[in-house]
Amino acid sequence: MIICITARASGMDAPVEQRFARAPYFVFVDTESGKSESIENPLISAAGGAGPRAVQLLSQAGATVLITRQVGGNAARALAAGGIKAYAYRGSGSVADALAEYTARNLQPIPLS
Amino acid sequence: MRIAIASGKGGTGKSTVAANLAWALSRSRDVTLVDCDVEEPNLHLFFPAPATDVPVTTPNPEIDAARCTLCGECGKFCRFGALAVVKDCVLTFPHLCHSCGGCTLVCPHGAIREVPRTIGRVSCSRPLSRLVLISGVLNEGEVQAPAVIRAAKVLAEGHPLTLYDASPGTSCPVIETIAGSDACILVTESTPFGLHDLSLAAEVAEKLGTPAGVVINRSNGQDEATVAFCREHGLPVLMTIPFSREIAAVQNRGGLISRDLPGWEERFAGLFRAIPGVSP
Repeated sequence: MIICITARASGMDAPVEQRFARAPYFVFVDTESGKSESIENPLISAAGGAGPRAVQLLSQAGATVLITRQVGGNAARALAAGGIKAYAYRGSGSVADALAEYTARNLQPIPLS
Repeated sequence: MRIAIASGKGGTGKSTVAANLAWALSRSRDVTLVDCDVEEPNLHLFFPAPATDVPVTTPNPEIDAARCTLCGECGKFCRFGALAVVKDCVLTFPHLCHSCGGCTLVCPHGAIREVPRTIGRVSCSRPLSRLVLISGVLNEGEVQAPAVIRAAKVLAEGHPLTLYDASPGTSCPVIETIAGSDACILVTESTPFGLHDLSLAAEVAEKLGTPAGVVINRSNGQDEATVAFCREHGLPVLMTIPFSREIAAVQNRGGLISRDLPGWEERFAGLFRAIPGVSP
């Protein structure tokens, strides 16, 4: 399973970013191999429609779970259609911290409709 | 003759100038007033009258699921996020679409066609025997103001004297309004903010090759900086409206100073004659 976590920088130690489509980085973690890959978000200063375009990016990367703080209405619709579940991380920790919280089943799902 | 009224800064008095100029001119000739501030049209408040509405539509993509292979080309192309290819479907977000038609061109399978969608309306009325008012109205949540402005301007085509009231700012809707005008009145106020935005609006008019002149509104008599700017840039000061409680009172009850205060009909007629390129 591939999990995407929104981050302010690259790598597992980067702080989690609370916005979804305007996050500076997306960190993708493959739970089977344990490997992670950070991608700079090309949509950070997009004029509009960042939400659906970010979901498209996640979909292409094969992510099925998103960990962030909040998602907009357009993004929510696209996430639901793409079968990507979103979970809210409300702490101020790192990507690794958020992932640990998710693995421990401590994160609440974000309603997508 | 087509005259645009713009300002840069909001609240300087574009609509006041447009409405009063239209009223003063309609005393002696046919005038068409076009409200191009489609996100917040307000000229109808000065000229209440029964109106006829014409819907404005723009083309939006529709996906033929039988032909679509989910290749993702359309979603990759659309910079506005109006199409998103996720998992096993193509989602469309019509209110994000700018109707460029690019998705229909990049689709290698001919799976996208464009269908019209209503984004606003143009409201037409005849509040005075020699005045036609055409107001563009963009629906809430929509982004394509220029499409509604274009429709309003098309409906005004063929009229001998047309005034376009622009929205504030200097972005696409203002450019759409000024483009094709024979002259432009820039309304400013004697504040640093008014002057700053006047300089931006003047630059737009210059880039579009539209001759412009300036109206200083709410003048406190200390307009040296504005006057100096106008002199430097070859912009004639067409009229100065003082900062006066009497004028504000007329304005606040939806009145027209050209109609309700002595001397102002002549002053607005004089403003018209002073506009660069006007031959009365």
